[in-house]
Amino acid sequence: MRMSPIIWMSTIAIISGCTGNQSAINPKGAPAIHIAHLMSGIVAVCTLVWLLVMVMLVWALLRKRSDAGEQARERGLTTTVSAAVGATAVIIAGMTIASFYTTRDIGIPGEAALTITVRGQQWWWQVIYADPDPALTFQTANEIHIPVGRDVHVQLESTDVVHSFWVPSLAGKQDLVPGRTNSLLLRAERPGIYRGQCAEFCGLQHTHMAMMVIAEDPESFERWAVAQRGNSVNPGKPDAVAGQVAFIAKPCAACHTVRGTPAMGTTGPDLTHVGSRKTIAAGLLETTRGSLAAWIADPQTLKPGNNMPMVPLTSVELKNISAYMESLK
Amino acid sequence: MVRGRTLANRLLLTSALLALTVGCGFLGWMRQPRELRTNPPVLADLSRFRLMSNGIGGAPPESYFAEAEPYENDAYNLSQGKRLYTWFGCAACHGDGRGAAGPSFLDGWWLYGPEMVSIVASIRDGRPHGMPAFRDRMTIEQIWQLAGYVQTIGAYSAKVAATGRNDGPQTRPSENRAPAVMLFEEGPVGVNPDQGPSP
Repeated sequence: MRMSPIIWMSTIAIISGCTGNQSAINPKGAPAIHIAHLMSGIVAVCTLVWLLVMVMLVWALLRKRSDAGEQARERGLTTTVSAAVGATAVIIAGMTIASFYTTRDIGIPGEAALTITVRGQQWWWQVIYADPDPALTFQTANEIHIPVGRDVHVQLESTDVVHSFWVPSLAGKQDLVPGRTNSLLLRAERPGIYRGQCAEFCGLQHTHMAMMVIAEDPESFERWAVAQRGNSVNPGKPDAVAGQVAFIAKPCAACHTVRGTPAMGTTGPDLTHVGSRKTIAAGLLETTRGSLAAWIADPQTLKPGNNMPMVPLTSVELKNISAYMESLK
Repeated sequence: MVRGRTLANRLLLTSALLALTVGCGFLGWMRQPRELRTNPPVLADLSRFRLMSNGIGGAPPESYFAEAEPYENDAYNLSQGKRLYTWFGCAACHGDGRGAAGPSFLDGWWLYGPEMVSIVASIRDGRPHGMPAFRDRMTIEQIWQLAGYVQTIGAYSAKVAATGRNDGPQTRPSENRAPAVMLFEEGPVGVNPDQGPSP
């Protein structure tokens, strides 16, 4: 039989959508694996039940009316219905217990190797790697690095509306609610870049509120953390030097922090190492000098409604500031 | 006879549904449009207001009237102004609008008058006795948005456009209830001696 090309292509699209770095059925982290097991278990049980019901239905339609007396038929019926109700109770209880154990397994362990605070904001993720020593505390945005094979405790907070933290390949979904702190266990079993997305409609740019979770071996993670803790690198090239001067003089510095310079605003993302991140504007664009310039020149066209204003800059200032941003590795 | 009545009923029901649909469509069309990206020439024009030589009152740029005074009447701009009020630390001196180290907006007394131009000039260029200039920290559009919000909380009559809701607990009547009117009923308070001479 010839398959219609539309069905064929949509099947491919659907299947390929399940294998990427943002997929609950292609889990790469312990909590996500537990959830995937629960999911496939429940699907298998429900499929079996559905098939049984269908078989029974067909059999009931096709069978001849039995010759047994009224009383015998009534007795048979009572037995069947009681058995079915009993089976239903057992199956639902089984699924409840399975779901209870899964929830327990994905809960926060007493001691996590690393605790990160993720604060949802319209429309980006503020990521704080807090340390008892304030000098070792650092911040990043829309990019979370975690060591492979370690339990990471993520504390979820929100400053404005309800957001939801969801990295399908690594863990379940958890809401970020203003005024309270929620917790989530994140653990990657394999190194990789996993994409996450805000999963609770949070306003105009909900679509463009993505993050990257980068799982790497503990040594690379430690190297990365040491680099992030450091102040921003001093710009070397003349255009980046001029860009730094313009950045501090313009309203940029009122909202953004670049550690090691007078720029200490806290409204927008910390830009101390913005050039080292994979994406800008919460997964909107890849970090390149061109995309940085495009973003700075006209943020309201690329992501309408976001809180970054269009700062009037001359073309030379724009060129220099984007060179400076790119140099902040 | 009976048939005629059902037909009439049906017609009535259909026209009622039609009217409802059209009404909903009309309400949607009436919705205040949200201008997220103001044209750069219009933005540049926002700096070209004329202030009286004594620093009180003046004339906004012509384009401001052509755009129907968006920073005073537009709910989106007022809401952004409210967020800027928090983000730029206005509350450090002005509290929730009732003042602390800085003057109150809700006592019925405007040191430099309640016109947008005065408020914009106060924010942009600063004022004597401690008000800093935000010229280098905010864009001119943000200054107009913030000024619109400050004017709203101190307004003598409530505006039709409302700001966004509070993220924190409520400390005074909300903006669209004209908190100033409720709070300065006893009449304007005298000038705080620390504020310096009345201009």
